[in-house]
Amino acid sequence: MQCGKCQHQAVISLQHGNLCKNHFIDYFEEKVFKTINKYQLIGRDEKLCVAVSGGKDSLTVLYLTKKYLEKNNIPIGNLIALAIDEGIEDYREHTLVDLNKFCTEHRVPLTIVSFEQELGKTLDQAYPIINKDAQKKPCNVCGVWRRYLLNKHAKKLGADKVITGHNLDDEAQAIIMNIFKANTTLAARLGPISGVQEHDLFIQRVKPLYFCAEKEVRLYALLKNFQIQFTECPYSKEGYRHHIQEMLNDFEHKYKGTKQGIVNSFLAMLPLLQNQEKKAPQTIQQCSRCQEASNKDVCNACAMKETIQNA
Amino acid sequence: MYIEIFNERERTTTKVEFTGTKVRDLLSQLKLNPEAFLVVRNSEVITEEEILQENDRIELLSVISGG
Repeated sequence: MQCGKCQHQAVISLQHGNLCKNHFIDYFEEKVFKTINKYQLIGRDEKLCVAVSGGKDSLTVLYLTKKYLEKNNIPIGNLIALAIDEGIEDYREHTLVDLNKFCTEHRVPLTIVSFEQELGKTLDQAYPIINKDAQKKPCNVCGVWRRYLLNKHAKKLGADKVITGHNLDDEAQAIIMNIFKANTTLAARLGPISGVQEHDLFIQRVKPLYFCAEKEVRLYALLKNFQIQFTECPYSKEGYRHHIQEMLNDFEHKYKGTKQGIVNSFLAMLPLLQNQEKKAPQTIQQCSRCQEASNKDVCNACAMKETIQNA
Repeated sequence: MYIEIFNERERTTTKVEFTGTKVRDLLSQLKLNPEAFLVVRNSEVITEEEILQENDRIELLSVISGG
C-alpha cells in the first residue's frame, strides 16, 4: 500500500490516510511539538526532568524533548533524566540496561533511584506484606511509591517540570477508569498538564505524547532504531487497567477514533471538572514523617513503609 | 500457503497454514487485535492491507509494553 503523500510504501494506516516511514516520522514529531507549544509544556528557562524507564514511551519523549530544545535554541544543559527502579525481577533490570545506553549516547545525565534504597524493600518483597494487610494490588503499591519518589527526587534535582511518556492510550484508559469508578477528583488531575492545584511541594508533570497513540509511539521508536527489548511487567495483567486497555483496543479496532474521541470529549469537560475541584480543594500539608506533600498527617508512601517495618 | 511467524511477545517462531490473503486476515486468523501489534516483513513495517506470499517470514511486534 502506498503513502498518501509520496510513492513510497506505507508503514501505517491512519484515519486521515496512509503514511510512509519519512512522512510518518514528520507527522509524529510535528504532533508532539504542537502539543508542547499549544499547552506550553516547556518553558525556556526551566530545568526539565524526564521520567524514564527505558521503554518506548520514555525513550521517545526523552529524544523528542531534546530535539525540541535544540530546534528552539533552548540550552540542553537543563535536561536531566530520572528513573525509578521498583525492583521487579526479570523486568526492570533489562529496561535499565537500554536506558543507560540511550542516555549515554544522547548525553543526558541519568539518575536512578530504587525502592530498595529509599523504602527498604523491592516491590517484589514489599507487595506480599502490604497486600496481606491492606488488600492492595502491586500496581497500587507501585503507583504510590513511583509517584512519591519521582516528585521527591525531581525536586531534589532542582527540576521545574517532570516530563512523562504518557500517551493517548494511557490517558484514554485513565479517563475511563475514573469514570467507571466515579472518581471525578482523580479525573480532574488528568490532561496534558497533571494536577489541579499549584503547590511548592509538587513538581508539575507534563505529557508531550498526549495525542500519540501507543501504536504510533512503538512505530516511531522502531523506525528511529531505538534499542528497546520487549519486556512486560509480570504484574501488568493483574491490574484493572489491563481490562480497560483490552476493551478500548477492541473498540478502536471496530470503531476507529474511539480513543481520540474519549480524550477530546474529556478535554472539553476538563475545565468544568477542575473548577469543581477548585471550589473544594484538598488541603495539602507536609507529611509528618517525610515532609513531602500529603492530604493527611502521614502520606500513603510512609504509611506503606511503616506497614512493612511493623510486619 | 505457509507463513513463518515470530511472535515477540511470546518469543516463539511457528509455521502456520494461512488461508487468507492480507495481513489483516492473518491477524484475524491468529485472533490478534491489530491495535496491539506491528507487523514486519524483511525488516520493513507493513500495513494490514499488504498481501502476503508463500513462505513469508513475519514478525509480530507487541505495541503494548505492559509496564
